[in-house]
Amino acid sequence: MTATRRFVLLLCVALVASRCSASEDQHQDPTPSNDHVGTSSSDSGNGTSSGHDSSSGHDSTSSGHDSTSSGHDSSSGHDSSSGHDSSSGHGGGPITTLPIVSWKWHHVSTPYLVALWILVSWICKLIIEANHHVTNIIPESALLICFGFILGGIIWGADKVQTFTLTPTVFFFYLLPQVILDAGYSMPNKLFFSNMGAILVYAVIGTCWNAASLGLSLWGCHMGGAMGDLDIGLLQYLLFGSLIAAVDPVAVIAVFEQVHVNEVLFIMVFGESLLNDGVTVVLFNVFDAFVSLGGAKINAVEIIKGIISFFVVAFGGSLVGFVFGLLISLLTRCTKNIQIIEPGFVFVLGYLAYLTAEMLSLSAILSIVFCGMCCQKYINANMDENSVNTVRYAMKVFANGSETIIFVFLGISAIDKTLWVWNTGFILLTLLFVIVYRFIGVFFLTWILNKFRLVPLEVIDQVIMSYGGLRGAVAYGLAMMLDENKIKEKNLMVCTTLIVVYFTVIIQGITMKPLVTWLKVRRAAVSELTLIEKVQNKVFDHMLVAIEDISGQIGHNYMRDKWNYFEEKWMSKVLMKPSARKNRDRLFKVFHQLNLKDAMSYVAEGERRGSLEFIRNDHAYIDFKKKFDDDYYEEVMPDIMADMSDDHGEMSSGRDPVPSVSLEMHEQNMKAVRDSEDVNTHHLLQQHLYRGRKQHRHRYSRSHFDVNKDEGEVQEVFQRTMRSRLESFKSAKMGVAPPKSLSKHPKKEQQQKMSNGKSLDKTRSYYSGDEDFEFSEGDSASGFNPSYNSMPMRVTYRAGAGIENLGFMPDLDSGPSVQLPRWLEDSSSVVPSQRAQVQLPWTPSSLRRLAPLRTSTRSTDSFMMADAPPNAQQIDLPPPPSPPASPPPPPPPHHHHM
Amino acid sequence: MGSSSSNMDHIPDAQHLMQETGFSAAHLVRLYERFDFLDKDDRGELRLDDFEAVSELAMNPIGDRIIRAFFSPGRETVDFPSFVRILAHFRPTDTNRTRNGRNGAQPEPANSRTNKLKFAFQLYDQDRDGKISREELLQVLRAMLEMQVTEEQLQSIAERAIQEADLDLDDTISFDEFKKSLEKVDIEHKMSIRFLE
Repeated sequence: MTATRRFVLLLCVALVASRCSASEDQHQDPTPSNDHVGTSSSDSGNGTSSGHDSSSGHDSTSSGHDSTSSGHDSSSGHDSSSGHDSSSGHGGGPITTLPIVSWKWHHVSTPYLVALWILVSWICKLIIEANHHVTNIIPESALLICFGFILGGIIWGADKVQTFTLTPTVFFFYLLPQVILDAGYSMPNKLFFSNMGAILVYAVIGTCWNAASLGLSLWGCHMGGAMGDLDIGLLQYLLFGSLIAAVDPVAVIAVFEQVHVNEVLFIMVFGESLLNDGVTVVLFNVFDAFVSLGGAKINAVEIIKGIISFFVVAFGGSLVGFVFGLLISLLTRCTKNIQIIEPGFVFVLGYLAYLTAEMLSLSAILSIVFCGMCCQKYINANMDENSVNTVRYAMKVFANGSETIIFVFLGISAIDKTLWVWNTGFILLTLLFVIVYRFIGVFFLTWILNKFRLVPLEVIDQVIMSYGGLRGAVAYGLAMMLDENKIKEKNLMVCTTLIVVYFTVIIQGITMKPLVTWLKVRRAAVSELTLIEKVQNKVFDHMLVAIEDISGQIGHNYMRDKWNYFEEKWMSKVLMKPSARKNRDRLFKVFHQLNLKDAMSYVAEGERRGSLEFIRNDHAYIDFKKKFDDDYYEEVMPDIMADMSDDHGEMSSGRDPVPSVSLEMHEQNMKAVRDSEDVNTHHLLQQHLYRGRKQHRHRYSRSHFDVNKDEGEVQEVFQRTMRSRLESFKSAKMGVAPPKSLSKHPKKEQQQKMSNGKSLDKTRSYYSGDEDFEFSEGDSASGFNPSYNSMPMRVTYRAGAGIENLGFMPDLDSGPSVQLPRWLEDSSSVVPSQRAQVQLPWTPSSLRRLAPLRTSTRSTDSFMMADAPPNAQQIDLPPPPSPPASPPPPPPPHHHHM
Repeated sequence: MGSSSSNMDHIPDAQHLMQETGFSAAHLVRLYERFDFLDKDDRGELRLDDFEAVSELAMNPIGDRIIRAFFSPGRETVDFPSFVRILAHFRPTDTNRTRNGRNGAQPEPANSRTNKLKFAFQLYDQDRDGKISREELLQVLRAMLEMQVTEEQLQSIAERAIQEADLDLDDTISFDEFKKSLEKVDIEHKMSIRFLE
């Protein structure tokens, strides 16, 4: 709160300063405002004030010249200012000398103001979000509106006229589309479509009901004399009702994102707010036309036309969006060579979908929603992963940014004396009716819907749905579009709309969270992504379809199954890249994501603890092999693999060590089913390949650079630790390891020598002294420490192996002091030479090898044979038969089932 | 109601079934019609090939498992009461939320959360030993992901899935673990279909 107060204070100071500077001649005073802008980036507290300072200074100066009060970034404003520019900026008079610096405010005024206002709005958000204890109570949207009040007050104080208001043009063309596109793009499609029926009922019937009941009731009250003398007829009341009936998507998203209600409830309110736009536009246009026509000319034909136009507008809009969605999907199929601007297509075409629908006077919001919903699946599959992330983030930046601007300007627009026409009866009754009819409508429609719903909506949900019927900027935008000539009381309507908006967004927004808590509304489960859930969900889907088939019901699941089939067969085929089609299995994606997450958290943890922890952790390495260069895992992994399968041999009998990192556990067990090392190597390679896929996809300059940089950071640590681990494994097996691993060891040793020659042996000689001792300790720690058995395998614990082995920490401490110099020595002298010998000639071939392997992991041999240099092939040669001392675990019979 | 009760006469033990499963008379009549339709030879029982005659099931990756779930162990046929009892698992959970109250007195209805989950569980647990082994999970995964994912990936997926759920570290998923792992899943939504009347 103190920050807020300080901010207000600074604003006032800034205002005074700007008044002073504005009164001076602007040509003589270019530097102060430039300085202000300059400082705004350096310090957040001061920057805020100076940002305002300069902007309000410009406001006051510009208002004199710029007669268009219609808004800072409308095109007309730009035209007029550029006109000024040509006349006053350059042709101010005959110049006597060459001007080195000239002050050309009008040259830049419009874009400058736009940028400044964006900056100011976002800084408002920054200040708000800095105070978490405030945003916990008051939703951000409400606070933004309040900030808008303050800013508006400052402008009003400076100009005595409201220079900046939210105009319908700006709102509908420049601010709204990205918010809606984001909503469509991130729409949970399955959830949406499985509740589609209910959403449509609320959106269509509910909105019509709201509009009609509100209009008629107000008219009734007017007739009853509740509002005094007003020049509003029945049709105008209905027009007003239609513009204020619709629940606003922007406001709903803003409030409901902060209260995490359960997903069904959310999709109901959210879906309704998006889809009712079609209804609103139609109702608004129809009644607007009716008002123009006058009551006498309205007959049955006109009304029927109105009803038909509803279907045309709604379905036409959706269709336009659908078509554009397909267009985006198709385009992203072939943007492989221009990946840098690939994300741009989504935005441009999305915007075009909006404008096209607007041009055809169809529902633009529906159009862009459906555009986003249609293309999301295909573009996510088609585009490069970086592009997908770019789209996702850019979408959020635009949406969040313009949402902020919308709310701030909703506040600013209120501070305008000319707007305010107070009519207690009209305003209060509107407010009352808006809320009451919302409740009645929701409860009545839910009552009907519950007869058909599988899982009925509970009363509590209905209360929240009714209470969540927030009105917002769309209503305000529509109200501003009213024609003053036709509707005499336009200002009253606008300011009533504003009051309704403020009431719903601020009052209902603030009380929403307590209400949700108080009513114990089922919240959204903050669920961690788990594989088993994903598997089970798929099973559920199949199960329901099967049961419907058996019991002869043609229901929702049946339809969905049919649609999925159609989608799979036709749409995916046309709209998706063939390569993307192959590996887009959802389940696998979840698996992949989980693994990546684990790997990252593990790496982070390892780095935090220092590299030595990796040595101690007996199970840590598998994650990291993908960070290795090819030669490294070739030379290191087979050895470890052999060891691991041995380990597992012991394990499977005793089932003792529960590894702390989940990633490597499956590795071990998979290794267990492998019968020969040869397969082990291949298997590991495959593992490596498909998990590293994320990185291998990046073949283009920008992303490639990023990835390599990332990789390089951890690489050194890994190289060192892996090398020392390898050594410790070897020496451990030479000396103290159980006979099993010993029996396998010579063979591995041989391979090592064959593949890597002397350099590796050299490195080994550095370590063999204390490493084997250390390893045996570590081995017993992770293998037989009983504390491992009780350890749950959550992500947070995985990296905690070092903590668990507290008993061995002292030993650990003694280790680094001896080893560190050796490592340094090793990495500086041995590694480069080794890499120079082995790695460099490999790099292209290894890259080539990776790509095909991703898609067909079965054909490892052929690829290896074809591409790898001779020393790599040696690894692939069939190893000598395993000694009888270590019978490999028999492979389960299912293994090669596929 | 009049027409349905006249048809009710054909259904053996209808009143008792209605009470047990919670299906209404109209549901029961409709299901009986379906049962009759599936029962090509009018034996009053369904056999494996009767189920397999439903063509859509052939396309369902786990269709055969679901069919098998209809057969109690050792039986070759399904009579109407057991047919209905299985389907009762998929009734929407009762909304009056009285099931907590009557938990003690009466056995839980088939459409309770636990029983729904039990049904799902036994789709995996083919040997009915009360545990989902890795092998059993793999079989389901293999059925559902065929062609898209390699065997190695399947293995690791199965491994990881077991790990997630396996709390007592016996490398299998018991029913309790299964239930716990799906705690956050909206079973009422995901394992219910609307039976037409």
